[in-house]
Amino acid sequence: MKYILLTFLLFALGIVNSQNCSYSFSGEIHDFHDGSSIEGATIYIESLNKYAISDKNGKFIIENLCKGEITASISHIGCETVSIDINLNESVFKIINLEHHIESLDEIKIEGHTGIKKTKTAQETILKTQIIEKYSAGNLGDALKEVSGVSSINTGNTIVKPVINGLHSSRIITLSNNVILQDQEWGIEHAPNVDINTAGTVSLIKGSGALAYGGYALGGVIVLNPNNVTKADSLYGKTILSAQTNGRGTNISSTLTKTYKSGWYINGQGTLKRYGDFKAANYYLTNTGLDSKSFSLNSGFNAFEKGFNIYYSFLNNNIGILSASHIGNIEDLVNAINNKEPLVIEDFRYSIDAPRQDVTHQIAKASFYKRFKGIGKLNLQYDYQNNKRFEYDVRVGDDKNKASIDLTLQTHALSSNIKIDKFDNKVFEIGFNGEYQNNFANPDTGIRRLIPDYDKYSFGAYATSEWTLNENTLFDAALRYDYVNIDSKKFYQKSRWEQRGYDVDFSNIIIDDLGTQLLANPKFQYHNISASTGLTHQFDSKNSILANYSLSNRTPNPSELFSEGLHHSAARIELGDLRIKQEQSNRFSASYNFNSEGLQLNLEGFYNNIHNFIYVQPTGVEQTIRGSFPVWEYQQTNAMLLGADLSLNVDVNEHFQFGNKTSYTKGRDLTQNRDLIDMPSLKTVNTITYNNKGWKNFNAELKSEWVFKQNEYPNNNFETYVATTDSYVLVDISTPPPAYHLLHFSSDITLETSKKTNLNIGLNISNIFNTSYREYLNRLRYFADDLGRNIMVQLKFNY
Amino acid sequence: MKTLKYLSLLFITSLSLTACSSDNDPEPVNEEELITTVTATFVPQGGGTTITLKSQDLDGDGGNAPVITVSGKFEQNKTYNGTVTFLNESVNPAEDITEEIEEEGDEHQIFYIKTGSLNGFTYSTDANNLDSNGLPIGLQTVFNTTNAASGNLTIILRHEPNKSASGVSNGDITNAGGSTDASVTFSIEVE
Repeated sequence: MKYILLTFLLFALGIVNSQNCSYSFSGEIHDFHDGSSIEGATIYIESLNKYAISDKNGKFIIENLCKGEITASISHIGCETVSIDINLNESVFKIINLEHHIESLDEIKIEGHTGIKKTKTAQETILKTQIIEKYSAGNLGDALKEVSGVSSINTGNTIVKPVINGLHSSRIITLSNNVILQDQEWGIEHAPNVDINTAGTVSLIKGSGALAYGGYALGGVIVLNPNNVTKADSLYGKTILSAQTNGRGTNISSTLTKTYKSGWYINGQGTLKRYGDFKAANYYLTNTGLDSKSFSLNSGFNAFEKGFNIYYSFLNNNIGILSASHIGNIEDLVNAINNKEPLVIEDFRYSIDAPRQDVTHQIAKASFYKRFKGIGKLNLQYDYQNNKRFEYDVRVGDDKNKASIDLTLQTHALSSNIKIDKFDNKVFEIGFNGEYQNNFANPDTGIRRLIPDYDKYSFGAYATSEWTLNENTLFDAALRYDYVNIDSKKFYQKSRWEQRGYDVDFSNIIIDDLGTQLLANPKFQYHNISASTGLTHQFDSKNSILANYSLSNRTPNPSELFSEGLHHSAARIELGDLRIKQEQSNRFSASYNFNSEGLQLNLEGFYNNIHNFIYVQPTGVEQTIRGSFPVWEYQQTNAMLLGADLSLNVDVNEHFQFGNKTSYTKGRDLTQNRDLIDMPSLKTVNTITYNNKGWKNFNAELKSEWVFKQNEYPNNNFETYVATTDSYVLVDISTPPPAYHLLHFSSDITLETSKKTNLNIGLNISNIFNTSYREYLNRLRYFADDLGRNIMVQLKFNY
Repeated sequence: MKTLKYLSLLFITSLSLTACSSDNDPEPVNEEELITTVTATFVPQGGGTTITLKSQDLDGDGGNAPVITVSGKFEQNKTYNGTVTFLNESVNPAEDITEEIEEEGDEHQIFYIKTGSLNGFTYSTDANNLDSNGLPIGLQTVFNTTNAASGNLTIILRHEPNKSASGVSNGDITNAGGSTDASVTFSIEVE
């Protein structure tokens, strides 16, 4: 038995000893983009301490390798080091592609996040994570106001819509994790349904130059980039907790990310916000609380050659609307305007009653990319969005708790693009997207639909190109075509149908006659062309310029086409028009940038000429049983917007910094030769910042915000009969409120709690002097003052 | 390529799922809370001609203005007992909104505002003219005529007024607040 065992052992040893060590590992190293050979790359097998260097044809060979698994790392200056595992059963020959372009390396990160601009010649600003975290308890609209030239149009202080160079709503595209938000953005009282905490950085692009996203963004594009994902085995997270005096509310936002060296990652994020009634300088703003819940899951795989991402997000906002803004007729509006204080002021409470909005937005997305050697990168994405909007008005009887508006907007989008980056000094991208959207207005509300049921099909295709003319000059040009088809079914009151003259122009679209109501089937098709071209030039290390021209066309939105009825908080009858055509914008912009160690200056200018600009304006007064109401109709005119935005930063010394942001926008109706309504007024923000890294990275900032009175506005005032006083009174809905000045303070320190974790403690005081003021672009300015002082404490754990 | 197939499959499936519902025509909405008709009926004490004031706006916020009718002139030196009703005649059968106002009496109040040489309108002291807190709802009013006079009568229905504010329980609207659900004006004469 022993002998057998021994023989067996010897036999086995014999096998081992006779192991073949004559294998070789050879190959060629190529540049991924253009396939050219790379000379001088190092191929290193650490376990054997063997290496080779590629020759001028990119070839290499390592000989005398034994059978078994080896790991080789291939490195080259300016390239990402590649590591490959090989199981040697025979000699192996491999072609290895190295990623050679520095800038393209950054593009890998785009899957996760980037501090890199999305555009080359557009006026683009990136909000860094630090600023976004500061607004964790607030909203996207407020954070974006950190960018010179961005303001907001508000309904109270929790519904904040960004305004870019005077334009908003349907004229702005908002992307969250590369999904274009479809959330009934046409309504002025509908804020973008995103949680700012889902973003790592936010890119703001002024104008319509970023054609890859769409051709209709006359105002601009807002891109929320998710947090960066690194390729390492790691588990990290962040929790932000804040509590504030105004609204007596708290905010908690937490995110946890697990990443793997292999490229896999998973991230979960959630935010809870709860506020009660906010407070103006001198009184509570009754029924202005907010209850917000959101979470998202983001997972996928990132490698250089391919990757995918799946994403789901859920957001629910229950938003109270100032009680005093619920009015019945024009007389109530006159009362509200003439009263210095809101007509309803109650004690502080957390409960949110009618009028209120309850909006749930869900996004599901799957995307995939693959790089093709010698061509470029292909992206493919499908996303689905569901926007559920309930609006509750003050109602009576059995309908008390019934929503007045109940809309479900569903959108499916499929998009694909390929980026061709194989050339040294030019990059091309072509892409297409298809979209199907369905809006359903639930008739159970018992109130005639504000927005009708419709199906919308759209298709877009674009091509962009970038040409690096020389080291300092880059030129880009892009072209896009969009087709939009809207098929709607809407009930019209017969009297309104005839009054609008639709019985003459649209008699063929009636599909049912119910006596007092008509069912019409408006179908519209639009063909839009958009284009963009621009140039950047770097004069020297400090001075650079960019110039851009963009042409864009925007299809009218459902409210511009179909609105019909009484708008309660505005005490007006709003009428859309089926005859409205696309609007077309020609925007010219130029920027000058100076960047030295102690001084950064950015000056941006633009001129936007808009043909067939769609706007709403008063055209008369109508009598109803509630009293008389002004009628506001959607119309078209030729308009122009002109403006300049300055942003300046000076390092006074090692610790002190001074900053200024000033922006001015002018809007003119060229046909009627008068000012445009709702243009942001001149604003200048000055900041003094103190920073001391030695004192636990202590920061303190004092911020002065001057908002001037808007003197350029159209006079839409009118007189109305007030029965209670038997007199005619002026309804002053036009005069902007006076100028105001606010002072804010913020400071923070960072404590290292362990090697890998830290705690940041922040204190923010806004409106230090509790100044009472009203803002021209707040739709509730007729009813109440804006926010008074707020003291907020914020704790941020990084782990 | 497999991923591509799955993605397109997902797209087509979800497309067909949502597309199903959109083929049917939408249902019409007949507004239930709409007030189309305000009628004030004034019955003279001790006999005489009943005067009816009516404002009717069948299309609500639609393109047509309300139709206002006044059945005749008030007589001098009479006491008229007025009753107001609110109807929704856009639905069939017509809905009586007056009942809802009575049920939620504490959240509603009707105000009578006169102009010109007319005498004032006062609230009837009848028990069913009061809400659960003993404050007036105002569906019933009293109008005493003396000499010949003329002017406007405006009848206003306020939702959620502040009934305890100064003067409100006497029918003075100045401090009432709330939101206006109906406001109709009639030109009347006493002769």
